[in-house]
Amino acid sequence: MARISVKVDGIAYEDDVEPRLLLVHYLRDRLGKTGTPIGCDTTNCGACTVLLDGRSVKSCSVLAVQADGCDVTTIEGVSSNGEWHPVQKAFHEEHALQCGYCTPGMILASIDLLKDDPDPSEDAVRQGLEGNLCRCTGYCNIVRAVRRAAQEMRVTTP
Amino acid sequence: MTEQLDAGAVAQQIREHDALDAPGGGSEVGRARRRKEDARLVTGRTQWTDNIQLPGMLHVAFLRSPMAHARITRVDTSAARTRRGVVGVFSGQDFAGEQGSLPCAWPVTADTVIPEHPPMAVTTVRYVGEAVACVVAVDRYAAADALEAIEIDYEPLEPVLDMTEALAEGGPKVHEAGNESFTWKFAGGDIEAAFHEAPVVIDRTYVQQRLIPSAMEPRAVVAQTDGDHFTLHSSTQIPHVLRVMLALTTGIPEHKLRVIAPDVGGGFGSKLQVTAEEVLCLLITRRLGKPVKWTESRSEGNMTVHHGRDQLQNIRVAADADGRIRGVQVKLLADMGAYLMLVTPGVPLLGAFMYNGVYKMDAYDFTCTGVFTNKMPTDAYRGAGRPEATYAIERLMDELAVEIGVDPMEIRRRNWIQHSEFPYTTICGLTYDSGNYEAATDRALALFGYDKLRAEQSDRRERHDPVQLGIGISTYTEMCGLAPSRVLGSLSYGAGGWEHADVRVLPTGKVEVVTGTSPHGQGHETAWSQIVADSLGVPFEDVAVLHGDTATSHKGMDTYGSRSLVVGGIAVVHACDKVKEKARQVAAHLMEASPDDVEFSEGRFRVRGTGTSQTIQEIALATFAAHNLPDGFEPRLDASATFDPENFSFPHGTHLCAVEVDTETGATAIRSYVAVDDVGNVINPLIVEGQVHGGIAQGIAQALFEEAVYDSDGNLLTTTMADYLVPSAADLPNFTTDRTETPATTNPLGVKGVGEAGTIASTPAVVNAIVDALRPHGVHDVRMPCTPERVWRTLRTGGGEPA
Repeated sequence: MARISVKVDGIAYEDDVEPRLLLVHYLRDRLGKTGTPIGCDTTNCGACTVLLDGRSVKSCSVLAVQADGCDVTTIEGVSSNGEWHPVQKAFHEEHALQCGYCTPGMILASIDLLKDDPDPSEDAVRQGLEGNLCRCTGYCNIVRAVRRAAQEMRVTTP
Repeated sequence: MTEQLDAGAVAQQIREHDALDAPGGGSEVGRARRRKEDARLVTGRTQWTDNIQLPGMLHVAFLRSPMAHARITRVDTSAARTRRGVVGVFSGQDFAGEQGSLPCAWPVTADTVIPEHPPMAVTTVRYVGEAVACVVAVDRYAAADALEAIEIDYEPLEPVLDMTEALAEGGPKVHEAGNESFTWKFAGGDIEAAFHEAPVVIDRTYVQQRLIPSAMEPRAVVAQTDGDHFTLHSSTQIPHVLRVMLALTTGIPEHKLRVIAPDVGGGFGSKLQVTAEEVLCLLITRRLGKPVKWTESRSEGNMTVHHGRDQLQNIRVAADADGRIRGVQVKLLADMGAYLMLVTPGVPLLGAFMYNGVYKMDAYDFTCTGVFTNKMPTDAYRGAGRPEATYAIERLMDELAVEIGVDPMEIRRRNWIQHSEFPYTTICGLTYDSGNYEAATDRALALFGYDKLRAEQSDRRERHDPVQLGIGISTYTEMCGLAPSRVLGSLSYGAGGWEHADVRVLPTGKVEVVTGTSPHGQGHETAWSQIVADSLGVPFEDVAVLHGDTATSHKGMDTYGSRSLVVGGIAVVHACDKVKEKARQVAAHLMEASPDDVEFSEGRFRVRGTGTSQTIQEIALATFAAHNLPDGFEPRLDASATFDPENFSFPHGTHLCAVEVDTETGATAIRSYVAVDDVGNVINPLIVEGQVHGGIAQGIAQALFEEAVYDSDGNLLTTTMADYLVPSAADLPNFTTDRTETPATTNPLGVKGVGEAGTIASTPAVVNAIVDALRPHGVHDVRMPCTPERVWRTLRTGGGEPA
């Protein structure tokens, strides 16, 4: 067992974990952070994407021990003061989700994408999200949502 | 022929129009309401089955056969039992007396061979991935760890992997009874006369590759019991059908079994199933008395979630010299895999009535043979039978156009049912109630800029540009809204196709709708709320939709086959009508008027010719109080309706695809994609557009990317998402979508269904475009998926034989 200290969605945790425990299992099974789903076992689908110290990672390919000392943001920590993040709002407005299983990962990957490129072209969004798979939407509305959120965020954070 | 419109500007106009909030109320139906479902989905408050944690819950992991075909000669679970955290280890022998056989509800002929299908193999394994043992342990890691300690010896048998070889005499057999499950025939008109001395006969064979549905949420099951009653949570599309089937399979009485489909992350047909894991988790919880959970990994799922398609299609057309179709003959081999699952043999039958497409003809002849192989069973996958049929006829229409020497759109116009001819009874005996192929096509051509792209194609051909341009057309229709019960009965299906709804008006005037449909991404909570808001005149926000739990929604036929709105939505309408009729009685009584003089509109009952009125909410409260009701009136406004459609519905549309093909590398790139669909009246244009987008993406995926590949020993090579290429955003273009609206005449909403349309339409549009680009190189077919390698090889072998 290894001792880890990790902050998840603003709350500090200390836990003993098996060195092989995946971060996503730590989040889901130990902390009850079930907002982060698992879609594959080969790091292809991105459903489990979270922010690790602000950068998007696939939490199925990070060990819990690697998150020691880190700050993790899941979909459950994206809203602030009950207000949805602009990316959450845009996904709702543009109907960028159907079954919603890929949505938490898609939103967190989009937040990271918009950090690097606050005004992405359609192509930049498509390339930037290629590590996150969606089976329902055909991606058109996801692309629209990310660009809408970008516009919103540029207006609100000059 | 066409005008060039700015597709982007048009799409924007449509969106702005759709986004309009009707000022001062007005009709909810037709509005682009944002979905009620989204709040929990975008914030991570969803309840997926795998989220469920129960006190004392145990975790199940399955050991799966590494052999495609083998006899189990020895099983030793003793070492596994000693591993940390292990509570139980079971093999097929342990369940042999109680596990029954997984059901097939669709024996398509009287002599269909339906082999025993034990949920866990006992003596013989027949595909790689078949469950052979399981570990039950205190956590998922411990369960997975102990699998390696189970010892099983196999005596290999020769696998059957090719349908044509399977039917040859003297080869290995999947089952003792042989490799043919059934042969089903259907005919209309005189096919011999149609082909006799026909000026044009074209004969093609197309391969519908095997597909893996790949819903994003892997399957998961949680089973629990109090010793008498059982509750099963499952990531399923069919909680109601599942309850009946599990009761019949396990012997747990139906009234002591509750099935819940909580939030379900997509299905596409793959969760229209009664699975081995669902049965086994129930048996394990019965045996151990503890709640158990099983969640599959993606690799496990690719092997063991039922696959789709996998048909070999021989299609012949006879035509006059001007291209008018005389007859179509289809001979199909359909790969069942190793067993018949819930509707495995019925899938090709759903296509049997669709090979005529939108076209008129004098004769039609269809034969399908279901073949066993040592592979994962096939079953419903988005479109189920209809994509295969549409692909074959739409590919063949292009071949016919080349043979006759006319534009592929012209050959379609010469053969399709004219708008003025509806309702039209097809050669298959179906009555298409309404449609307007001309309108949808004209709209699509304008959005696409067809003439301009043809001109560019000519230019590239003349210049011998290494990057050629192809244009693909698909003018499709489909039969959906499954289904009239009597028709299902005539096709030997084991159940009906009706749907049920309850509408309950609560004391405060809020409304609960209980639907027998079981959404898993389709937005029923939103769409049903729109329908009820209009019907009862209550605010959209005041309607809640309950579904997916057999304890609250006791009756239903669930969600598949684009049926939910067309069948389930109509049940909701009928239930609302009954509620209004009850409320009218109360309103008339309270306002001291004759019920005949009471009118209802926008949520208010008015006495004709007076200013007296009562809202439906006031009537609800008065009914709850029950102080002053008509004599003998039962104090409730609640009503139920079960609706059985009399006909299928027939959405249609025109999809156009332009593909650039690099003749030096074989790479393809979709340059533009236009879809104009006619799904009848639309409840929520945002949801309809989303369904079309997703459907197109899945159809394109079949055309370009996806194939489940088995090696010569029967091992699945595409077990991961690194090998089985579900397309990402970077692999797909933007789609231009629009609609025409020709209302269905067979239901009060005028709706036709939209869940499968995009998938049915898009695959042939894409492949037609690729073949069109390569015609000057002598290519008349490229086998799907049209990967760069396959396109490149086809170019070099010159022709179109399956590579």
